[in-house]
Amino acid sequence: MPNVMIRKNDAGDLLFYVAKKDMEETIASVETDTSETWGGEVVLTDGSRWYIDPISPPPVFPTTLRFKRGDE
Amino acid sequence: MTALTREETQALIQEVLEVYPDKAKKDRAKHLAVNDPSVEQSKKCITSNRKSLPGVMTIRGCAYAGSKGVVWGPIKDMIHISHGPVGCGAYSRAGRRNYYVGHTGVNTFGTMNFTSDFQEKDIVFGGDKKLAKLIDEINELFPLVKGISVQSECPIGLIGDDIEAVSKKKGKELDKPIVPVRCEGFRGVSQSLGHHIANDAIRDWVIGNRDGDPTFQTTPYDVAVIGDYNIGGDAWASRILLEEMGLRVVAQWSGDGTLAEMELTPKVKLNLIHCYRSMNYISRFMEEKYGIPWMEYNFFGPTKIAESLRKIAAFFDETIQANAEKVIAKYEAEYSAIIAKYRPRLEGKRVMLYVGGLRPRHVVGAYEDLGMEVVGTGYEFAHNDDYDRTMKEMGEATLLYDDVTGYEFEEFVKRVKPDLIGSGVKEKYIFQKMGVPFRQMHSWDYSGPYHGYDGFAIFARDMDMTVNNPCWNSMQAPWLKPAEGETEVKKLAASA
Ligand code: SF4
Repeated sequence: MPNVMIRKNDAGDLLFYVAKKDMEETIASVETDTSETWGGEVVLTDGSRWYIDPISPPPVFPTTLRFKRGDE
Repeated sequence: MTALTREETQALIQEVLEVYPDKAKKDRAKHLAVNDPSVEQSKKCITSNRKSLPGVMTIRGCAYAGSKGVVWGPIKDMIHISHGPVGCGAYSRAGRRNYYVGHTGVNTFGTMNFTSDFQEKDIVFGGDKKLAKLIDEINELFPLVKGISVQSECPIGLIGDDIEAVSKKKGKELDKPIVPVRCEGFRGVSQSLGHHIANDAIRDWVIGNRDGDPTFQTTPYDVAVIGDYNIGGDAWASRILLEEMGLRVVAQWSGDGTLAEMELTPKVKLNLIHCYRSMNYISRFMEEKYGIPWMEYNFFGPTKIAESLRKIAAFFDETIQANAEKVIAKYEAEYSAIIAKYRPRLEGKRVMLYVGGLRPRHVVGAYEDLGMEVVGTGYEFAHNDDYDRTMKEMGEATLLYDDVTGYEFEEFVKRVKPDLIGSGVKEKYIFQKMGVPFRQMHSWDYSGPYHGYDGFAIFARDMDMTVNNPCWNSMQAPWLKPAEGETEVKKLAASA
């Protein structure tokens, strides 16, 4: 369950940054991304899947959240 | 020599790898690559930030070097104790040439070396008492010191000293920030983890110090310069451009920087990062906690400077944007003259780089402004994100080498035959003896600044001075030279 910092890049995409792993990827899709809730399964551009219980109201980015690996 | 094609470069890598035993070959192969600017994610073709191979000559430093030498060391009004044996600090003292103003030994301490000078008995019985005594001594001898940082060398972690407890206690007693930094040299694979640890220490012990203190008068144009270590005056040459644009530079991290500037940084409107590698961590933290956006900029060479000034200005109102254009216009005559003077002397020269945090990619633009081409580049301690940024800057089929070994670097140079190499002091004399022009690109070879428009003039002069130095024609030993008559002919032919 790594701590992940989510922030927006200049293009408006969400970036998924794991400081411990030194990994920064763009988020390709988020399962639920509405004005009320944000979360569920998150797929990155490198194909990896991560999961976070949907949060409502949606968090303000940048922020640090705890994710689970999608295959756990 | 003409540029290598993709296949030739690939073949060169294979050839160089040939001498390694199988396991080493497999490992090193992952760190060498042929650049393809269209690749978005560097991790698909190059591996970085891994342990160096035992047995090879690596050029990397240690975590202590990353924290004491890079991040903390230049903060001028604090004293940074090299905690442990005397050598680590003594041999690296003042080598980085991060300039500062002040009276050394009175209110600034940049070039001095403070160490707890561990002896056998300190290793056996622990050095906490000694540290406490040292802190008292420092405060007595240098009462104007604003704070103290304890930079751990290897033994501290090995013997399990509790520097945090000592720091807390002494900090209360003296009413000054005393920052324990757990940057023992053995942590991580290179100096890179040292940067991260140092950033975390700043986060925990410095950044929040003035939270809830509204006495500092802010303006809408406050910025901080992050990750400029003022090598040879770099930060000064950058700062004037920002100030001419109408921005107020509240803090310089950490070249010519002070503790107070760092404490005030959370109050700025924008963080400007020059060296992404060593200070992105603290910028990310400030973005999350204080909502301060950060952006990377590049002040090497007029093309990149103009690009960066416009990008910075875009964060502010129209006055600043107009000012940015004014600044660019103001210096145009100056830098055009530099290019007119040096470009004909440097056009088409090929450069290989192997440096640290940001230069392997940041200086590419400055060389291009002079008509030079960077044909190979690599980092001592980069991570994936650095290579992501580098691959776009570099040309098709150029060489990329991560944590290059002494052997590989020499072989690459023999084959690629660059006109100039830019790397560190450990590589300098090898290549100079091989007859290849060389610039020390960590501390600008006792020159600088290289940032900003003023720095570009010096950069261009230095490159010309090195590449076109007549000494390179005198590299062959007299007894190896052909007989009298022949030399004349050859020399004439070569200079024709
Ligand atoms: S690796 Fe350890 S002993 Fe060597 S310079 Fe770094 S801190 Fe000192």
